[in-house]
Amino acid sequence: MSDVNASTNVELISKASRKKSFLARFGAQKDLQLMAIPGAVWMVIFNFIPMYFIIICFMRYNVAKGILRSKWIGLDNFKEFFTDSRFWLVIWDTFGLNLIRLLVEFPLPIIFAVLINELISLRYKKVVQTVTYLPHFLSWIIVGGVMYNWLSDSGFMTEMLVKLGVLAEPIYLIGTPKYFWGILITSEIWKELGWNSIIYIAAISSIDPNLYEAATIDGAGRFKKIWHITLPSIKGTIAVLLILNIGNLMGSNFEQLFVFYKPVLYDVIDVIDIYAYRMGIENGRLSYATAIGLFRSVFALILLYTANKASKKLTGTSLV
Amino acid sequence: MPKIKKSAGETSFDIFNILLMFIICFITLYPIWYVLIQSLNEGFDAAQGGIYWLPRKFTMDNYKEVFRNNDIIKAFVVSLFRTLIGTVFHVSFTAMVAYAFLKRELMGRKIYMSMGIVTMFFSGGLIPTFIVIKTLGLFDHFLVYVFPVMFSFFDLLIFQAFFRTIPEALEESAKMDGANHFMIFLKIIMPVSKAVVATIILFNGVFNWNDYFMGIIYINNSDLHPIQTYLYKMIVTSESSKTSLLAGGFSQSKFTSTSLQMATMIVTTVPIICVYPFLQKHFVKGMLLGSVKE
Repeated sequence: MSDVNASTNVELISKASRKKSFLARFGAQKDLQLMAIPGAVWMVIFNFIPMYFIIICFMRYNVAKGILRSKWIGLDNFKEFFTDSRFWLVIWDTFGLNLIRLLVEFPLPIIFAVLINELISLRYKKVVQTVTYLPHFLSWIIVGGVMYNWLSDSGFMTEMLVKLGVLAEPIYLIGTPKYFWGILITSEIWKELGWNSIIYIAAISSIDPNLYEAATIDGAGRFKKIWHITLPSIKGTIAVLLILNIGNLMGSNFEQLFVFYKPVLYDVIDVIDIYAYRMGIENGRLSYATAIGLFRSVFALILLYTANKASKKLTGTSLV
Repeated sequence: MPKIKKSAGETSFDIFNILLMFIICFITLYPIWYVLIQSLNEGFDAAQGGIYWLPRKFTMDNYKEVFRNNDIIKAFVVSLFRTLIGTVFHVSFTAMVAYAFLKRELMGRKIYMSMGIVTMFFSGGLIPTFIVIKTLGLFDHFLVYVFPVMFSFFDLLIFQAFFRTIPEALEESAKMDGANHFMIFLKIIMPVSKAVVATIILFNGVFNWNDYFMGIIYINNSDLHPIQTYLYKMIVTSESSKTSLLAGGFSQSKFTSTSLQMATMIVTTVPIICVYPFLQKHFVKGMLLGSVKE
């Protein structure tokens, strides 16, 4: 209500002031502009100038020559990437890993949130939440440090797995490519399961309790209530998060991957972001790495757009 | 709530659920506990293995060594400064811009906001950002921890969601008294926005404290590496060479590179554990604000 009043007020004011010149109006609000312009300048420097620098992917960029005198080479960098001997491996690592992450890590927080909600003791509920949210705030270095320690050939986890008969003999688990994705996913679940469930717990807690009471009177049991009330009520939240996750199929958890980044794992760790890092920062091929980065951003935008469209059609929920 | 008789299936589900949650909590906490007991045990003794629940040969030597090691102290100081300065700049700058961008009379408001929205969906990426930071002379400079992370449009939206709930009458009276926008922001808006300011301070503080990658990509000078980057080097080098990191001069009878690493990990984590109760109070609120912003 007050919003409507305010906007008509502003309109009146702006009508009156339109007669004044642009400069006079600007001068009258220079205190406000002095607060706004630094924000715009920051965005120009740290967001938009980097976007402008993307054009080096069409060049053979030379730091000494700069952007104006470097040689234009058209789409050569992209052609090289598409015919790169590691191209398909990079695509497989990116999509394969992300698809498994989506299949395993997406449903777990939903199940976890529902189970937490089913706990009867409020205090226990609170304790479980407090404990499981904690690892989210630890850095990947700390988590990585524990994993390097546990998964070495004499580490705690290796020892346990040998005792349980899962492993025949102690091996250096963290440096074994075939176990790497499993290790990544397990550690990410350990760190983020609780945190990722927050949004669902919030959605569940906003469900009208009358719905459950009515269902109880109608004789519905716990499982029926979960299936017919809880899950349908958080459908919108699930859809939005699914869209975001699909839009991120080209992305990666770089901070996590980088902790384990080393030559012996290149074949299983080379997602697009890591490969671009190696090409650009380690090998100094700035143009080539930028081309890889642009390929990723454009593809990701298309994915997000498509997922959003699909979701709008299927569930009526979308981001914008 | 009226007591309703439960079926046998439901009772066993309850028991299963309680146990499952207990196991999940145990799995969550045990790695942290493990690091703690290792850090409190003599290094060479710990290397024999078999320490699962409590330290076998209790000692504080690992911690004493951590606080005697100049490189580690230096890294802690860098972390402390970057977290303090980085967070203060981020929060005050983002809040100020958020306030200005919210004012309807702001000329060019649409352009400003559209710029921000573009940055949420598209970015230059790793290499172009790297080139810009290098060109600006921020490479190998402490300020690389401050300026490039001084602003976030996402945090701006969270601020704005809160600022919108502040009654306009509050500002009007100050305007009558002839206060300019900056004074209104400082004297009226900020004091009533403590909740959202605290939320962003905590989250940004944790981000700054935990970040290790900026130290790797933008800083060559190891004097400017924060503790997380130092730990990264510690973990990765001790893994690749399997040799002790310790430069000579100290007797190595009591600790190993692993036990020292464990103690450093604990010291690095303590600040997070200390702010965690405050974080917890705020984050659900913050997340909700974030999710209704659209």
